[in-house]
Amino acid sequence: MTAALATMEAPAIRMPRRWPQTVLVAVLLALFAFAIFGPLANLLLWAFAEKWYFPSKLPSEYGFSFWVRVFNPRGDALASLGTSVWIAVLTVIVSLAVAIPAGYALARLKLPFRALILLLFLLPQAVPNMPIYVNIARVFYEIGLNGTVIGVVLVHAAHGLVLAVWIASASFAAVDASLDEAARNLGASPWTCFRTITLPLAAPGLMASAIFVFLESLDEFTGTFFVGVPDVTTLPLLMFNASQGGNYQIASITALLLLLPSIGFMLVVERFLKADVLAMVGR
Amino acid sequence: MAAAAERRGRHVGLALISPALAIVVAFFIIPLGISFALAFRAKDGSFTLQHFDKSFELYTTDLVFSLAIVLLSSALIAVLSIAIAGYLTLGENPRAVAVLRWLYRWPLFIPFVVAGQLMRTFLAKNGMLNHVLIGSGLIEPLQAQSVLDWRGIVIAFVWKQAPFVTLLVAGAMASLDRQHIEAARNLGAPRWRVLWDIVLPQVRGTVLVGVVLSFVTMLSVLSVPLMINPNSPTMVTVDVAYRINTHSDYAVANALCLLSLLVAAGGAWFYLRHAVKGAEKT
Repeated sequence: MTAALATMEAPAIRMPRRWPQTVLVAVLLALFAFAIFGPLANLLLWAFAEKWYFPSKLPSEYGFSFWVRVFNPRGDALASLGTSVWIAVLTVIVSLAVAIPAGYALARLKLPFRALILLLFLLPQAVPNMPIYVNIARVFYEIGLNGTVIGVVLVHAAHGLVLAVWIASASFAAVDASLDEAARNLGASPWTCFRTITLPLAAPGLMASAIFVFLESLDEFTGTFFVGVPDVTTLPLLMFNASQGGNYQIASITALLLLLPSIGFMLVVERFLKADVLAMVGR
Repeated sequence: MAAAAERRGRHVGLALISPALAIVVAFFIIPLGISFALAFRAKDGSFTLQHFDKSFELYTTDLVFSLAIVLLSSALIAVLSIAIAGYLTLGENPRAVAVLRWLYRWPLFIPFVVAGQLMRTFLAKNGMLNHVLIGSGLIEPLQAQSVLDWRGIVIAFVWKQAPFVTLLVAGAMASLDRQHIEAARNLGAPRWRVLWDIVLPQVRGTVLVGVVLSFVTMLSVLSVPLMINPNSPTMVTVDVAYRINTHSDYAVANALCLLSLLVAAGGAWFYLRHAVKGAEKT
């Protein structure tokens, strides 16, 4: 009798305890989803709104006329997109060209003043960037680099390179050094070892750092704001100008163009950056 | 022989690292030095503190405003990232954990300037936030107000930075030894106690690094305050841009930069100490 009661009671006690909890979790998740996707949804509405007047909740007309304006071959937006991508590609080339050797040296070779060098590569992440951009712009203005693509690339590369060195160093550190030693013992030159063993094994991490640097450059605002004026207009600057000018449709469409690569990268990042590499970052 | 090889190895190492070092020195250390020089130099080249006097005279409110916003945002980011990462680690409803893991990371790589534009539409008087609040009966239509002031800046910062810190913290929590957690759960400890007493002390360093990095980053963001709340009181970055673009006043601009640098230095010192300690361990 008591045993039967106990088996009867057990689910009866557990049910009311679990239900409110599940509902609470569901409600919290829904609120969280609204906090994450609400702003994105609002942007999408603006991107396709033809007319949207003040008190109405939704646009009164949808359409593509602003898209036609943005993608007009003679419009500013396509030119800015081209400038942005070109600057980002150059930034990746410059950053990786110096970050791969530096990352390899940090991960594998004995270095004098290693702590000081690490500090120098950590510092740009730990110091506000405003004074840097302001004074680079002033120097560039005097030597005629302001408003040039090269000037903007140098500023972006100086910033991207720090990230690239960290990730490159972590990727090389994650490659088993004994593979290298085995090849050396069999008579391979250091360069052959690097080219055929270490580099291919570290490639996914290096790929990730290239994408990081590309995105950083594509999205960079403050440096370009100071160094790029008046001739270099990247996509973030174009978006900012459209928004400040009150043209929310153009601003939202440009923002959407900037969002696509960011969200794409977010969805695949773990394929490139494995946990073992992430664990080595900053070490 | 071995010593010579080692010396050669060091030279190779230095040679490999020098181009990267040169770029960091040229485009980071030297501009920083120039910033110091200009902030303390009078017109005739002598040492002066007058630019700092002027900065305080004109911008004390904005300096306090910036610090308050960034501190509040950092605190919210810390709480949110610990809560989300904690649920990802200790949550017992696998479906809810999977949904949360999928949800939280969307803003991860979205640039600040885009986050500014997103919030500018979302938080406006006619934005989706107000429409949803009115639609759900939480506020009356007349109560709808624009959130595009200091609150908008904080919301934009937290929205953009919390996923980044969560990613770091969740990674650190995932690599913890689960034995302690299981043991505490088996002894009947509620999950918040496990999070607070067992998980959090072990990932404190990661939380610190993430929050300090966010703190420094937010201090030097120009686009978000410029787009959401450009009028006084606003953040110091907006003032710096104003001093330069309208007055070409590099002296006061650099003095303001150095003041925010000073604020960042406290956090940065913490962070560098932790990072270098980690580097020496390996």
